[in-house]
Amino acid sequence: MTGRERHGTGARLRRMLAYAVLILFALVFLYPFVIQTATAFKTEPDAAAHPLSPIPDPVTTEAFAQVFGGTGFPLWVVNSLAVTLLITAGRVFLDSLAGYALARLPFRGRGAITAMVLAVMAVPGVVLLIPKFLVLNQLGLYDTYTALVLPLIVDAAGVFIMRQFFLSVPPSLEEAARMDGAGVFRTYWSVILPMARPALITLTILSFQSSWNEFPHTVVAVQDPALYTLPRGIANLVAGSLGAGTQYPLKLAAALLATIPVAIIFIVFQRYFVRGAAEGASKE
Amino acid sequence: MGRGGVRRPEAVAGWLFVAPMVAVLGVFLLLPIGMALWVSLTGWNGQGSPFQPGVPFVGARNYTQLFLQEGLTRDHFMISIRNNLYYVAAAVPAQTVLALGLALVVDRRWLRGRTFFRSAYYFPSVTSSVAISVVFLFLFANSGAVNALLAYLGIDGPQWFADPRGLIHLALGGLGLADPDAPPAALADHGLFGLSWWEWLAGPSVAMTTIIMLVVWTTAGTFMLIFLAALQDVPPQLREAALVDGANAWQRLRHVTLPMLRPALFLVVTLGLIGTWQVFDQIYVMSQGAPANTTLTPAYLSYRTAFGDFEYGTGAAISFVLFLIIVASTLLQRWLMRERDGSAPRRRWWQRMRRTS
Repeated sequence: MTGRERHGTGARLRRMLAYAVLILFALVFLYPFVIQTATAFKTEPDAAAHPLSPIPDPVTTEAFAQVFGGTGFPLWVVNSLAVTLLITAGRVFLDSLAGYALARLPFRGRGAITAMVLAVMAVPGVVLLIPKFLVLNQLGLYDTYTALVLPLIVDAAGVFIMRQFFLSVPPSLEEAARMDGAGVFRTYWSVILPMARPALITLTILSFQSSWNEFPHTVVAVQDPALYTLPRGIANLVAGSLGAGTQYPLKLAAALLATIPVAIIFIVFQRYFVRGAAEGASKE
Repeated sequence: MGRGGVRRPEAVAGWLFVAPMVAVLGVFLLLPIGMALWVSLTGWNGQGSPFQPGVPFVGARNYTQLFLQEGLTRDHFMISIRNNLYYVAAAVPAQTVLALGLALVVDRRWLRGRTFFRSAYYFPSVTSSVAISVVFLFLFANSGAVNALLAYLGIDGPQWFADPRGLIHLALGGLGLADPDAPPAALADHGLFGLSWWEWLAGPSVAMTTIIMLVVWTTAGTFMLIFLAALQDVPPQLREAALVDGANAWQRLRHVTLPMLRPALFLVVTLGLIGTWQVFDQIYVMSQGAPANTTLTPAYLSYRTAFGDFEYGTGAAISFVLFLIIVASTLLQRWLMRERDGSAPRRRWWQRMRRTS
């Protein structure tokens, strides 16, 4: 390698500079989470007096006690879990089913439906907020669990990811299964899906992350506090109480608890996240 | 269609397999767009169904009042457009340049801990926008971490979320070119769509700047991954050839790497434009449009108009105008970033060098 030959002080200096820049940015991207975690264990005067300090003095779990005892947090967790599990299960099953059909099963109108999926992916989500409310309202679903789950149970991007995956799989295996007389669904269920494991894991993770974090949809789907999910509950906690003291340890503790599940999944399944981002990009 | 490949059981299964998707996307995405188009032509106030007889039909009035009719509706809409324009103009270049810079450094072959750095930069992108907004509310609070950091440097930090002053106004005032309290009459007395030129030229407010920093911080990691994936596709022979030809680091970046990254750059800017025109969550949590409407955006205004003021027709009209703005800005970007005839030969600059030597 040509670069190896020029190991002078200039090159070494450049590398040290590169590491310095990388470490500085790692601090910029991660230190806010350190501050968040530390502040969640601080008293309110300590949080205000030493906002930069990563060490609470004294350490207190008062904020967490307040989160569980004085807010709707436990209810939001239950709602978030239910909504996230239902949406994730729905997306993994229905997206892969549709993606398989679009990639493999010849049927009349397939081209038109593929075009529809692509068109839906191109519509900016925020523009759909009022339209979504209108249809939920018209169907009498507004302010119900169904409204939180049903509109999100299929997503066009997931269908597209699965379609691309199935297009890349050689058709010989399923043809063999079909020769043995297995029906289309049997073949799909017991031959195709087990093969699609990596793509299914990616889809599961992306679905979990996006439905756990989903906020704008909940704003137009429900207004009853009994139906708040975590992002909606926390947004209300923060936006609603602006005048009434700062309570930063409380708010940051709630936000921290809402971040932990996604953080754990991110750390465990990093490479699937990276793949998901790359696949989402390759669609253009 | 009967001849050849299409077999009946497969055709039936195909339709059954896509039926749930078609139903959900149709009922909750396509149908509602039609409903909203209708509502945007009415004065529906949220009572009962928008399709019942008594709902007043107003034609294009919800749209014309956004542009042509003097009043609070137009003022707010134009202010929101101005705010979002500055937001896009600041956030898109910043997130693109930061993502590209990080990708170029993380891509170095000799780098140790690449996975750690990549994950560290990407992590903010996967967390909840609401949770992150809460963190930034604290970081930029009056007695928050950012002002504490600035105090170390001897700078008296602003009251970030309470400060409606525009950055361009501040800069003009600081340079002594114009007095924000007594703006030049030529700019203050004339304007466009009910907003004086002086107002149009305000720049992003100090409060909006915090939201710009937040969004750059949460999107740079994702875009870095897109650049990294593209960098993997740059053939090593290409770089080595340039190295052999004696090109320095900047020349290699400018003439070898960047041209190869062109599709990725195009994608990142497109996604950035689409995303920044839709900013909503952060506004909802952090500012609700305050102070003095300087963080009001069309997405948030459309929500507030519909669900706060019960003017669903106006809210839906704002949504459709926003949609057109997004389409128009991606088309504009496509045109600005098109392959120009003049630039094509320069891409193989090092090859020409080689041939002549």
